Amino acid sequence: MVNIKINGVDYSVPEGSTILEAARTAGIKIPTLCYLKDINAIGACRICVVEVKGARSLVASCVYPVNEGMEVFTNTPKVIESRKTTLELILSNHKKECLSCVRSGSCELQELCNEYGVEENRFEGENPAVELDDSAMHMTRDNSKCILCRRCVAACGVTQGIGVIGANERGFATQIASPFDMGLADTACVSCGQCIVACPTGALTEKDDTQKVLDAIADPDKFVVVQAAPAVRASLGEAFDLPVGTNVEGKMIAAMRRLGFDKVFDTNFSADLTIMEEAHEFLDRVQNGGTLPMITSCSPGWIRYCENYFPEFIPNLSTCKSPQQMFGAVVKTYYAQKLGKNPEDIVSVSVMPCTAKKYEINRDDQSAAGIPDLDITITTRELSRLIKKTGIMFNDLPDEECDSPLGTGTGAAVIFGATGGVMEAALRTAVWKLTGEKADSPIEFKDVRGVEGIKEATYNVGGKEVKVAVASGLANAKALLKKVKAGEADYHFIEIMACPGGCVNGGGQIILPASVKNFTDIRAERAKVLYDIDSANKMRCSHENPDVKAVYDEFFGEPNSHKAHEVLHTSYKAQKLYR
Amino acid sequence: MNVIKTIDELNAIKAAAAEVVNVRVEGKDSGVKDVLVCGGTGCTSSGSMNIIKKLEEEIERNGLKDKVNIIKTGCFGLCALGPIMIVYPEGTFYSKMEVDHIPEIVESHLKDGVPVKKYLYAETVEGDTIKSLNDTAFYAKQHRVALRNCGLISPEHIEEYIARDGYQALHKVLTSMSQDDVINCLLASGLRGRGGAGFPTGRKWQFAKASQNEQKYVCCNADEGDPGAFMDRSVLEGDPHSVIEAMAIAGYAIGANQGYIYVRAEYPIAVERLEIAIKQAEEAGMLGDNIFGTGFKFHLGLRLGAGAFVCGEETALMTSIEGNRGEPRCRPPFPAVKGLFGKPTILNNVETYANVAQIILKGPEWFAAMGTEKSKGTKVFALGGKIHNTGLVEVPMGTTLRTVIEEIGGGIPNGKKFKAAQTGGPSGGCIPPQHLDIPIDYDNLIAIGSMMGSGGLIVMDEDNCMVDIAKFFLEFTVDESCGKCTPCRIGTKRMYEILTKITEGKATMEDLDKLEKLCYYIKDNALCGLGQTAPNPVLSTLRYFKDEYIAHVKDKKCPAGVCKSLLAYKIDPDKCKGCSLCAKKCPVGAISGELRNPFTIDTNKCIKCGVCASNCKFGAISKS
Amino acid sequence: MAFKKSAVPFSGTPEQEEKLKAVIAEHKDDPGALMPILQKAQDIYGYLPIEVQTMIADAMEIPLEKVYGVVTFYAQFSINPKGQYKISVCLGTACYVKGSGDIFNKLQEKLGIGSGEITPDGKFSLDACRCIGACGLAPVLTVNEDVYGRLTVDDVDKILEKYN
Repeated sequence: MVNIKINGVDYSVPEGSTILEAARTAGIKIPTLCYLKDINAIGACRICVVEVKGARSLVASCVYPVNEGMEVFTNTPKVIESRKTTLELILSNHKKECLSCVRSGSCELQELCNEYGVEENRFEGENPAVELDDSAMHMTRDNSKCILCRRCVAACGVTQGIGVIGANERGFATQIASPFDMGLADTACVSCGQCIVACPTGALTEKDDTQKVLDAIADPDKFVVVQAAPAVRASLGEAFDLPVGTNVEGKMIAAMRRLGFDKVFDTNFSADLTIMEEAHEFLDRVQNGGTLPMITSCSPGWIRYCENYFPEFIPNLSTCKSPQQMFGAVVKTYYAQKLGKNPEDIVSVSVMPCTAKKYEINRDDQSAAGIPDLDITITTRELSRLIKKTGIMFNDLPDEECDSPLGTGTGAAVIFGATGGVMEAALRTAVWKLTGEKADSPIEFKDVRGVEGIKEATYNVGGKEVKVAVASGLANAKALLKKVKAGEADYHFIEIMACPGGCVNGGGQIILPASVKNFTDIRAERAKVLYDIDSANKMRCSHENPDVKAVYDEFFGEPNSHKAHEVLHTSYKAQKLYR
Repeated sequence: MNVIKTIDELNAIKAAAAEVVNVRVEGKDSGVKDVLVCGGTGCTSSGSMNIIKKLEEEIERNGLKDKVNIIKTGCFGLCALGPIMIVYPEGTFYSKMEVDHIPEIVESHLKDGVPVKKYLYAETVEGDTIKSLNDTAFYAKQHRVALRNCGLISPEHIEEYIARDGYQALHKVLTSMSQDDVINCLLASGLRGRGGAGFPTGRKWQFAKASQNEQKYVCCNADEGDPGAFMDRSVLEGDPHSVIEAMAIAGYAIGANQGYIYVRAEYPIAVERLEIAIKQAEEAGMLGDNIFGTGFKFHLGLRLGAGAFVCGEETALMTSIEGNRGEPRCRPPFPAVKGLFGKPTILNNVETYANVAQIILKGPEWFAAMGTEKSKGTKVFALGGKIHNTGLVEVPMGTTLRTVIEEIGGGIPNGKKFKAAQTGGPSGGCIPPQHLDIPIDYDNLIAIGSMMGSGGLIVMDEDNCMVDIAKFFLEFTVDESCGKCTPCRIGTKRMYEILTKITEGKATMEDLDKLEKLCYYIKDNALCGLGQTAPNPVLSTLRYFKDEYIAHVKDKKCPAGVCKSLLAYKIDPDKCKGCSLCAKKCPVGAISGELRNPFTIDTNKCIKCGVCASNCKFGAISKS
Repeated sequence: MAFKKSAVPFSGTPEQEEKLKAVIAEHKDDPGALMPILQKAQDIYGYLPIEVQTMIADAMEIPLEKVYGVVTFYAQFSINPKGQYKISVCLGTACYVKGSGDIFNKLQEKLGIGSGEITPDGKFSLDACRCIGACGLAPVLTVNEDVYGRLTVDDVDKILEKYN
């Protein structure tokens, strides 16, 4: 511990902490814009400046380490005036359409400008002409709102190890963009949306599909069904000022019903279905000498990454569609038949914690009924926007349950939303299957839980050693795959999720400001919601799901049957985009 | 050359080479003449390579091959007089050489011993006597430490450097001094960084030595980017081994075995000479795995800058060597703790290194005897702008600006009045006439709102507009800002825009106030030293020439007549003879009138190009 | 966004590619190899189009954006081809105070191109450059390796004529 003075008061703070962290323990929140813990400590925006006694100029508290006897002043007139000027300079180079900006209310710049009482147009001058990039299916980049904090660059380059965006040119001409200013669609961008949730302003936004949803609901000729992914219920509440880590499953269902969907279902159903297919596929590969390690295929960001960066692992990918796509496929085949409806008259909507899903619904080989499996996918954020727009008082809603028959999920399904969840769910069923379908088959595989980027475990299953690994965040995935490629690891089964921490931290989730994320591990808080739902569920294993059993009995026959392959499985091919 | 393993071997080479070099150093007449032709960038640009070619031909033709050596040297300093040639042992100085002069000089001077007076530098000729270069006003007041070998030895021959005590200091350090001895010697000498900020060199080395790490680095900042500064280039072109030797000494002192010289790619001659010098030093065993058989290992690599001024900032330079965009990073951690590739690193500038070997050999007291209380030794300046003797000068710290400008620099041409001297480049400021007598040292310059910088010294006369000059520097900063931090990226741009408004007569007093506030804001808030000092040119001109700013803002006038938007060309009807030449020359047809009657200028059409005024034979057109 | 791929088609030869590969192989394991490789690549091709940057990125196993970000940071690198005659006008302090700005303007006017551009016939390209160190000769411009000093605006025509 070291002794320092902040604003004249003595504190003892951990050695090695920054002034920002030290001040936080002393109950003082220093504003930040560019700083993101662990990935973007660059001291560039200069919002977090403070005075340190003896220092020549103001210092950036986000990177400045404390030392014994240091005297810090966080709120002197010079500091306040400096921060205000910094904000005013940023505003002079910012498209101020705050009234209608999608980030109004969750914009970190807006909040600070408000706190500091800036003069909006104190500085005026030339601004670089920037073009909107709306080439990608999942997002829009509007550099006229970019403040060059580079949080997106860190998310893309450091967290995901991809780096299709970065700082180009220099000085006033500096822009965050792809090489040669090409559109994101020309790059190997995996659509994960981690840049969007890193962005403090409205420069990076998902493509908004809420109007499509409203139009479909308003169309009397359409039967509109909706599914919501497990992770959505762990984040949606944040948009309505509920604490991080609040389970809003029941209210979410109630809200979707009030939005006017004809049926409100749950992706948990198809997560269980995925496990049935995937666990059987895995057993088949193990028993019949198929390609190992088998790698999960639920995360479209990961699939796109694999196709672009590690095409040699395509044979390792499970051929299972993602739960979203399986759901869509089942709706337009089995469920349409059951309803006696033409699949063309069904509009299948999903709510996802994910932006890559907007890309996934347009993939090839995702049309079991000859038409796209899924019609519209919106993110958790878009759902929250719909709820607000339609005047639904979310926090006052009762808890409701999903419709039948595609509304049931087990505990195994809901943990899909956290890193390690798919692996654990698969193990529950695979171990049960391999060890003779006993009632006391193990349920919890805690080695694969937790927010660490790479987890490994070995289980003895029916006398056979099964080595598994779990990676989340593509930089971690890259490290893991390199190991496998080099022959340094001989796993049987690997789970990979594109987003760090899994879907709970997906690119489509509610955006929390850095002032929260830097001091709370939102991945862990949100994951806890899912594990709590799992442990409270009477059904913990996918093979126990009655709706899933019914779908096999009535339609597919058995897992990995010919029909199941036609409807529930897909294919991949190597891509060559600019990496 | 064979690997030199002992001091005896080094001394043997020294003795042999001294025979050659002493013709120049001591004026020793051995019946051989040394003809030194400047091969620095300035003289090369004005054709010195053709001079050498012609010299070779003529010497061959006259059968003087055994009697004359042609030596291509580094910069002599007097760049304005280039190409320059000096003939030793007598030390006669030919300036502004032309190829056509060569045959006469070779026959008369080199063959018959009679210098050709008409081609000599005028100042060296007084009636019948011919002065040596060292006795001219330009050189007499100088004191050459860092530049001691520049223009004297061939930079492409390690023997000539050895003849001048080269690598003696490295031997001394490796065989008789501890790491702390070396550092203490530098501390005692009072040597401060010549790159601009003036941090004590010994202290820097001390910090790096104290950092525990198996891998450390020694770097040399040769990314001389200040517009108008070329001291470092001249040292590299004229005496590259002095830097190499010092870097090896630094490596020993801090415990590093790898060094990098980061040099501007725009300095091809310096790069080439460094490459040659490094290769020769490796062959001679002055770089390598077992220097002087002591087991000390030191390797040196060259890295070329690629045209980014900000890479002169130490952390930016390191990120650039690492292969990244040259963006500075926050300190701490300081490079001495975490520098290049995350390892403890020292970075010194070329001129700093050029002093080190001599401090080791002559002792810290010798060095500390020069200069002022807190600024020891000498400083090299690149004199430029409105001054007679443009070029390179080295003077003891504490010399006054007046001495440098009026005596060494020869004053201001065309009878114009001195207005200001700019030091420190884009990080420095403008020094007005009232401070001409302040002794130059780090602290004095800072006290009067400028800084030492790397040594550019640009002289301005009454025809220079100080707002325009401030705007010029700001434009440079805006262009060269890396764009990482908000204050520099947007702040300097907005400052530049306000300055533009001022020079266009569109600004208000509120703008002036906003400008000043932005200056202080950027000083306090920018991430790196370059950003923090970017407002200095504006602040110093605001401090000393505020009247000029106010004239632009309030009276919409540019007193120096530079800012075009504020100019108006006028024809004096009394002087105008109505010849119509101006009307014919005007590119936009703004001038009209009847022949033999006074003409007039339509100020709305006039683009203020000045063609009319420069063509008027009667001096009837003036600007105001 | 407008894809800034050069309008001039890439015409790299197999020999150039071999050379580039050799350079990359030589430097690949050096710490901080990207800058030297880019410098040599520009020597080989004269500029750094997307095709060359992609080769470098792939061989070094780094993102193309990383390469492009470095290329666009440094003034020395160009993603566009340069003219047969590269004209650079020094706008350093010493040259500026002696009127190099006027010379630069005159050249823009004469050639009909702006800074960093190339004439349609590929003959001339024009750049403003930082101090080249020939301050004693100010104002200065260079055409390829030729240096012209102590210039006035009237010298511009004569200089251009030499290359026509």
